[in-house]
Amino acid sequence: MCLGIVGKVIKVTAADDTAIIDVHGTRREISIALLGQVKVGDYVLVHAGFAIEKIDLKEAEQMVKMWEEQLNDVTPGQVL
Amino acid sequence: MSPLDRFCDTELSRKLMGRVAALADAVAERLGRPAVFIEVCGTHTVAISRLGLRSLLAGRVELRSGPGCPVCVTDHQEIDMMVNLARLPGVTVGTFGDMLRVPGSRSSLERERAGGADVRIFYSPLDAVAFAEANPGREVVFLGIGFETTAPAVAASLARARAKGVKNFSIFSAHKLIPPAIRAVLSDPELKLDGLILPGHVSAITGRRAFDFIVEEYGLPSVISGFEPMDILIALHELLLQLLQGEARVVNKYTRVVREEGNLDARKRIAECFEEVDVPWRGLGVIPESGLSLRETFRDFDARFKLNIEPAPPTPLYPPGCACKEILRGKLLPPECRLFGDVCTPVRPVGPCMVSSEGACAAYYRFERFSPVGGGI
Ligand code: SF4
Repeated sequence: MCLGIVGKVIKVTAADDTAIIDVHGTRREISIALLGQVKVGDYVLVHAGFAIEKIDLKEAEQMVKMWEEQLNDVTPGQVL
Repeated sequence: MSPLDRFCDTELSRKLMGRVAALADAVAERLGRPAVFIEVCGTHTVAISRLGLRSLLAGRVELRSGPGCPVCVTDHQEIDMMVNLARLPGVTVGTFGDMLRVPGSRSSLERERAGGADVRIFYSPLDAVAFAEANPGREVVFLGIGFETTAPAVAASLARARAKGVKNFSIFSAHKLIPPAIRAVLSDPELKLDGLILPGHVSAITGRRAFDFIVEEYGLPSVISGFEPMDILIALHELLLQLLQGEARVVNKYTRVVREEGNLDARKRIAECFEEVDVPWRGLGVIPESGLSLRETFRDFDARFKLNIEPAPPTPLYPPGCACKEILRGKLLPPECRLFGDVCTPVRPVGPCMVSSEGACAAYYRFERFSPVGGGI
């Protein structure tokens, strides 16, 4: 029950607070009653059939880029 | 490649692993022993096990597992009550799958189902509401299990049932809250910890701030982490860095999901439906304000009242020899239980930590059975 899944929103039905998401090619209907606004193209984190948070791709990009830069930097003596 | 996939990049993880190992050595030198961290969430337990991090960091960092598997910490008494519910005529018990096999004092939901009880698995509590609507002749009781991640889903489903006038639906709430459990674990003077990896998805609901007490009351570095390999290494890196610099902060490293205040809508749903009560946890005993029971305004949906479910008598705590209690408190690692892998396996589990796939014993059995125990120190 604790397994969260991540999916991309491909359709929103605002009338009954549901959305269809794509999870690695499979479609699932979820409830978006716990989120404010959800748009097609958003990535959401789903627990027990409910989207509990949107995933901020910009944040993800920034963080992973920062690490890529740090780890691919071969300046000697850079240990931390 | 989506930025999300890059959190699984093997090459990048390998490089970061090198940094983490070097940092860990520096910290171990300073402390005169390896740093000891605990992960609170069952999904982290599984992720760390799968990555083999414990043996990769053997002798450098010790990684323990905490009470964050909802199935493992559901008390015998509560399971006995669920079993009693399933035995009532005309009642369908709906549950998340993991709960089925957990043994109570005499039976499990799976045993009851085999004996003819109507026990059904629903992925979402909304499906249970729909089932109730389609079967007005049955009372459908959904078992509210899990932490902050499932409680708002159950609350929203209850609101739906009420709005639609579904009268044959009710909830048996056994929901639990993570921050009070962390407090209970940290209050144990015998457990010497240097830092915590905090649950990413629970934090998505509660927000980062809900964990500030860890620094204020216990002065321990803590980090909210995601579940991909890079996430976990970033978390370890952060904890080690804080230790080396003599700092203690609650840092959010799962910023793509977790916000300072969490999900306010979800928190509001929880607060509307539930109130905090003292409840027993398997292995940890009664923890103040650590459980969620339905508010009086939801009595008509509260299975405990609607079906008059009496509290089951307290039962002897553990199967003899089972060390789940120490494991859930981060005191022992599964291979240190003498039943592990021999008498107790996922096919024939003795204790709850072997039943749920998120339980520490099950995760170790699957991924680390042949690794050195306790970080190999
Ligand atoms: S290995 Fe089995 S008996 Fe031992 S602590 Fe884990 S669940 Fe209990």
